[in-house]
Amino acid sequence: MQYALVILLLPLLNFLVTGLMDTRWKARVAGTISTVAIAVITLLSYVTAYEYFTTRFQDGSYQAFIPFELNWLRFTDTLQVKLGLLLDPISVMMLVVVTTVSLMVHLYSLSYMKGERGFERYYAFLSLFTFSMLGLVVATNIFQMYIFWELVGVSSYLLIGFYYTRPAAVAAAKKAFIVTRFADLFFLAGILLLSYYTQTFDFTALTSGDGRMFGTIGSLTFMGGSVLSWAMALIFIGGAGKSALFPLHIWLPDAMEGPTPVSALIHAATMVVAGVYLVARLFPVYAVQTPEVLHGIAYTGLFTALFSAVIACVQTDIKRVLAFSTISQIGFMMVGLGVSGYGAHEGLGYMASLFHLFTHAMFKALLFLGAGSVIHAVHSNSMDDMGQLRKRMPVTHLTFLVACLAIAGIPPFSGFFSKDEILAAAFHFSPPVGWILSGIAGLTAFYMFRLYYNIFWNDKPPTSRHAEHPVHESPALMTLPLIVLALITLVAGFIPFGRFVTSDRGLYTISLDWQVAASSILIALAGIGLATVLYRRNNDKPARLKLKFAGLHEAATHRFYIDEIYLFLTKKVVFNSISRPLAWFDRHIVDGFMNLLATVSNRVSVRIKGIQSGHIQQYAWVFLFATLAIAGILLFVV
Amino acid sequence: MDYSSLLHMREELSLLGVMIVLLIYDIFKSENGKTVFQIVALLVVAAHTFANIVPRDAFEIAGGMYTYKPIHTVLKSILNIGTLIVFMQSYSFLEQPENRIKKGEFYFLTLATLLGMYVMISAGHFLLFFIGLEMASIPMATLVVFDKYSRKSSEAGIKYILSAVFASGISVYGLSFLYASTGTLYFDDLATIITGTPLEILAFVFFSAGLFFKIALVPFHLWTADVYEGAQTNITSYLSVVSKGAAVFVLFTLSVKVFAPLAGQWKPLYYVLAVASITLANLFALRQQNLKRFLAFSSISQAGYIMLAVISGTPLGMASLVYYVLVYLFSNLAAFGVVSVVEQHTGKLTIDDYNGLYRSNPRLSFVMMLSLFSLAGIPPFVGFFSKYFVFSAAAQQGLYVLVFIALLNTIVSLFYYLKVIKAMFLTENETPAASIRSSLPLRLSLIICTAGILIIGLLGTVFETIGSMSFGL
Repeated sequence: MQYALVILLLPLLNFLVTGLMDTRWKARVAGTISTVAIAVITLLSYVTAYEYFTTRFQDGSYQAFIPFELNWLRFTDTLQVKLGLLLDPISVMMLVVVTTVSLMVHLYSLSYMKGERGFERYYAFLSLFTFSMLGLVVATNIFQMYIFWELVGVSSYLLIGFYYTRPAAVAAAKKAFIVTRFADLFFLAGILLLSYYTQTFDFTALTSGDGRMFGTIGSLTFMGGSVLSWAMALIFIGGAGKSALFPLHIWLPDAMEGPTPVSALIHAATMVVAGVYLVARLFPVYAVQTPEVLHGIAYTGLFTALFSAVIACVQTDIKRVLAFSTISQIGFMMVGLGVSGYGAHEGLGYMASLFHLFTHAMFKALLFLGAGSVIHAVHSNSMDDMGQLRKRMPVTHLTFLVACLAIAGIPPFSGFFSKDEILAAAFHFSPPVGWILSGIAGLTAFYMFRLYYNIFWNDKPPTSRHAEHPVHESPALMTLPLIVLALITLVAGFIPFGRFVTSDRGLYTISLDWQVAASSILIALAGIGLATVLYRRNNDKPARLKLKFAGLHEAATHRFYIDEIYLFLTKKVVFNSISRPLAWFDRHIVDGFMNLLATVSNRVSVRIKGIQSGHIQQYAWVFLFATLAIAGILLFVV
Repeated sequence: MDYSSLLHMREELSLLGVMIVLLIYDIFKSENGKTVFQIVALLVVAAHTFANIVPRDAFEIAGGMYTYKPIHTVLKSILNIGTLIVFMQSYSFLEQPENRIKKGEFYFLTLATLLGMYVMISAGHFLLFFIGLEMASIPMATLVVFDKYSRKSSEAGIKYILSAVFASGISVYGLSFLYASTGTLYFDDLATIITGTPLEILAFVFFSAGLFFKIALVPFHLWTADVYEGAQTNITSYLSVVSKGAAVFVLFTLSVKVFAPLAGQWKPLYYVLAVASITLANLFALRQQNLKRFLAFSSISQAGYIMLAVISGTPLGMASLVYYVLVYLFSNLAAFGVVSVVEQHTGKLTIDDYNGLYRSNPRLSFVMMLSLFSLAGIPPFVGFFSKYFVFSAAAQQGLYVLVFIALLNTIVSLFYYLKVIKAMFLTENETPAASIRSSLPLRLSLIICTAGILIIGLLGTVFETIGSMSFGL
């Protein structure tokens, strides 16, 4: 399967080609070659997946397989940074997810971004992102993952700030970068801690199961926890930053300033699940060595899911609703991982979480691309400007509905199956967690259908809608990806996912827990019903409800003031008490030292320039004298 | 005596073959052959480089007169690549009407000095070593004076030959002491006999002064600026990179192998020389307006950095030294390539002439910027890694003060390197140098150098490979 290397290198090559390409070339060329390159690697990923799952099943489990590895930096004999490709069930699954969504986004953008300034730059960045994300997914060791992790962050930064003439986009890009970098600091600390004690970066060694290398690190304690727990918790914080878990979620809603297809690719389907992937990658360590950290992950996920679901209920910018819904769904995945144990049946949550990652990537990309299609037609992000679009945009409407049903958890759409497994695992872990999660699932159904009705039904009085531009369906290049993703969403639920991805890489047969399923369907239907009553037609019920819960509504609209707390902490506390003294030190001591160095160098160099006279006789004298002097000193002094 | 063992000197014989072929071709070439001569020569030298790139097992012949270690192949290959790049950059210079008749000589003389360096590297006996040293210097003087009708060039040639002869004289004088006190000139024997008597110390100082001259360490560096300025630019680049690389390597092996018992003497000596070279060369470089003089002083200070690796005297030091030479080769030759092409097409040589070069020659300016960044040691360019390895080799031996002084000096060097970059990119100029269309070989050489600057640092295997061959020296 050496050809898997091509999957990684082709986007990089494409990035270089489109990035360095002469701007005089037609922008179309960049778009076309990028899309073709992605199509090729998508195909290759499918072939890899097929070959992996058919040939690598031995002794009752899928064997990890490293088709390519290069020793990049050596620290000690065991501690070395390698660059390579690790194929195992989750990385192969992620290859399929990333390339599929990326291909759809590439196709869709050909039309959506048409005529934008910097079209080829856009495609170059998309390629860079695809390369980095794939590198992250197939990383053989945690250091390689960290490198690509940062590359993913950079490409996300570049794409959020794509419209760099808009101050909001620039601010959002900066915010995303800083917040995720801040989290990555913990990630790096965790990596260093872990590798220092275990003397390895390799995932294969870390997750081999016998846990021999954790001998010393497990018994060392620091502030009430073992060092291993600290390391794993720090690593998780890195994941929480990328995956926008509370309280590091603040960058994701703002990241919606980027082009909508970018939101679909990076901020819905692929990059934001990197945290989930990270935990899944190290899952044997979490589950076997540090179950208390894993439980912490579960509760973080649970709170995030609830918190952002509540906020999603009141947002009016359709992309923001989707952003908070993404955060909430990632919370679901984290709960799935957090409540899971290691092993065949115990590992249900793990399987469910990655199943949900898979289905969510598809339907959330579909939602974002659908939202993009709507925005493209209406020229506004606000749901106040929308309504009654179902007749004018039939394809977008139908595909969006499919995705809404999927995320709400209505069978037979894919989201139902994966969410049901997470709920089952949660109930198995602790019934209260299960019930809270079911409640959040109901909220999900409610806010998604609030969004759906506001866009496609509810005839509000036209406010700023462009009367001169009659709203019409988007071109085929945009609707085609919608249809493809909708079809995937329709059938993905029937994939026997447990036959491919399980916590111990064995086989697991999914059986629906009908008790959980029935209750979750009922709750979802209730959520949808409530949304139907409130938002299907224009009426005054939402306004009355808003008045009744004025405080909660206000707080949720302002996202519970988390951004304000951050601003206070950074601007007032950090800037005043830490940054200012440091700035003084920098300006007076550090710069002063440099200035001193410059002054001294300059003066001395004026003094000594006479030595270089140009007289060869003098050169010979200096030569001879220096030789004799050295000999004298070495003989009589040293 | 069985002369077949001489066949083991594969690199030298191959180079000799190349020289003879080119010499004969130069003499008997037809009218037609005159135009393709350079192409043929480049291809032959490239073929020689590729044919000798794979290391063999260590051996020695002629009773230890000639020794071979795998690292020799690495170093000789590096020198080959450097020579090849210099040839590529000289292409259009040699096609000029007044030089066309002499191009055969240029190749022959340059390769003759290269052969001398080969001999220096692989010698196991001081006499052979001295022959190599002279082979490397005397044709070099002819090269320096290549442009014989230019006063500057003849002045440089005279200065070079006088200084070189003077240095050789002192060197041989030192060797005579060594022979007098030990009775042998075989490296292996000397290593066991030398104990550190005053005569041996004197011998060591006199002998190594010749090498310091070749490396151009302060205070044996005074000839460099004048010679570098007067010689034709491509020859200057050869002098500053290839010739220097060989000498540094030899200084390292001799210090570690032959003069190991004198480590107590040479370590402090090299310490002082390194500090003096880095610092003084930096201070002089600050004042230069002429780019060739500027690069001359920059190369002296780079030599000082290499001395850090020599001082360590460890396998890590050896690996970082060879790596530094490789890296320095790409960075410096890129800078010299740009300087030579700008000089040839516009006749401009001072930093002020480069004002606003970016407007008219963006690609050349970009290459120049990369090479200066690399020389200054800014990550992620390869110069950063080479400095890092050299520093870590010295730090491993506990020489923290030395590393700190070297670090401070990188700040000073950053200033003058950035001065050129500022001139090219930031300084406004109404009439920048004209837009230049350079020859294909030159462009190719700049592409190779740029690729080297950008990629080698990120390929950990390069250092690994060199490192794996440096053990056992």
